[in-house]
Amino acid sequence: MSIPSFGVADVQVGQELPALDIPLTRTLITAAAIASRDYQEVHHDPSIAVERGSQDIIMNILSTNGFVGRYITDWAGPNAFIRSVKVRLGVPNYPGEIMKMRGKVTAIDSKTVTVLVTGSNSMGDHVTATVEVVLP
Amino acid sequence: MTSVDQETEKDKQAFWEQLQVFVGKEIGPAQLSPDEVNIPMIRHWCEAIGDNNPIYLDVTAAKASVHGQIVAPPTMLQAWVMAGIKPRIPSGDNPYEDMNQLLFSRQFTSVVATNCEQTYDRYLHPGDRLSMTTTIEAISTEKTTALGTGHFVTTRQDYFDQNNQRVGSMLFRIIRFRPAKSKKSTPDVVRPRPATTHDNSWWFDGLQNGKLLIQRCENCLELRFPPGPVCPSCISMDWEAVEAVGTGRIHSFVVTHYPQVPGLEYPLPVLLVDLDEGVRMVMNPTDTDISDIAIGKKVEIVLQATDDELTLPFARVQK
Repeated sequence: MSIPSFGVADVQVGQELPALDIPLTRTLITAAAIASRDYQEVHHDPSIAVERGSQDIIMNILSTNGFVGRYITDWAGPNAFIRSVKVRLGVPNYPGEIMKMRGKVTAIDSKTVTVLVTGSNSMGDHVTATVEVVLP
Repeated sequence: MTSVDQETEKDKQAFWEQLQVFVGKEIGPAQLSPDEVNIPMIRHWCEAIGDNNPIYLDVTAAKASVHGQIVAPPTMLQAWVMAGIKPRIPSGDNPYEDMNQLLFSRQFTSVVATNCEQTYDRYLHPGDRLSMTTTIEAISTEKTTALGTGHFVTTRQDYFDQNNQRVGSMLFRIIRFRPAKSKKSTPDVVRPRPATTHDNSWWFDGLQNGKLLIQRCENCLELRFPPGPVCPSCISMDWEAVEAVGTGRIHSFVVTHYPQVPGLEYPLPVLLVDLDEGVRMVMNPTDTDISDIAIGKKVEIVLQATDDELTLPFARVQK
């Protein structure tokens, strides 16, 4: 089987990654929380989330990491090795929002490519991430 | 103890130094992942996240890739060791809880996660069995952010495989803060209403008219509170209202942090006050530092309107 060949030779500093818009449904937020074994009520129970001062359930951090990882390999392909994902958290991700993921290559050092990723919704940046990915 | 409103830079420095005792401490024993890295959990994750990278579930594609075999999504690192639906019961010393208690003592009661930084030494394969250690990495000096004033606390999680080789690590940063004052009470949320009945509404009416009243049995002259139709001593139903002088002492108290009810400010002290006339009432303090509240302290009762239709007694605690 052949897999897409994508390597550091295909990348330039300043290059933008293809945009990815993720509609955030209640099912998506809940399924991702449970898939990450995070059973905190604010990630699946709307009435408890409201009681705790939130307007609705919110995406958990493990899922945010997961979406950042997916966004990188959707672009860089199966031969990418993600070395690190460093996220800074901003506004919450509520159901009904769309998380707009955008990315830009900020540095290339030998085979390690640094990408700045943002995931924003109607209220601002939910996540700002710096990802180091090693490409063939 | 100093009121947080009167803290000097020196006080803040001293408090930060107290917090530094916890830096470098390991929190509890290593946590073992309940299951080995496995395909079903990878599948649930990839479906939820919508991740179609074939190296996670397609053996042929994984073998053809640089990874050479099926691997788990690297960002699943934390998921393998999550406790699940039943929280772990902490055993032995828990320096993290001790640190929280110290932070709570200065009213840094709110928490928000701000950063999560994962580094992967290698990708995981089905069959790997992880364990995780947690260490308090750093506690910042007092910082003021849009949320409020507080301390950033960074913990480090190190993940090891079945051969005790590190496979990854994570820095996790939260801020423990006092909410910014402007957000503390929203003016359109009124204090919860008392349940009034035919038998007690006269007492609230008294407060509204500027009087703290006590019920007195007309037969045996015993004072009673809370208001009720029958004297518990002589079962007479004849009673009158007498006005209290408005002084007393603290019998007991608690300081409530959670759960937080809209319309009230937290931390919320709740006092049991013995009036000098001899009845006991429950009330909140006013114009009082929490650090000044103690059992036996003298209080002066002041009546304050909490909104247009409700006046309640509050205790001003002697300094």
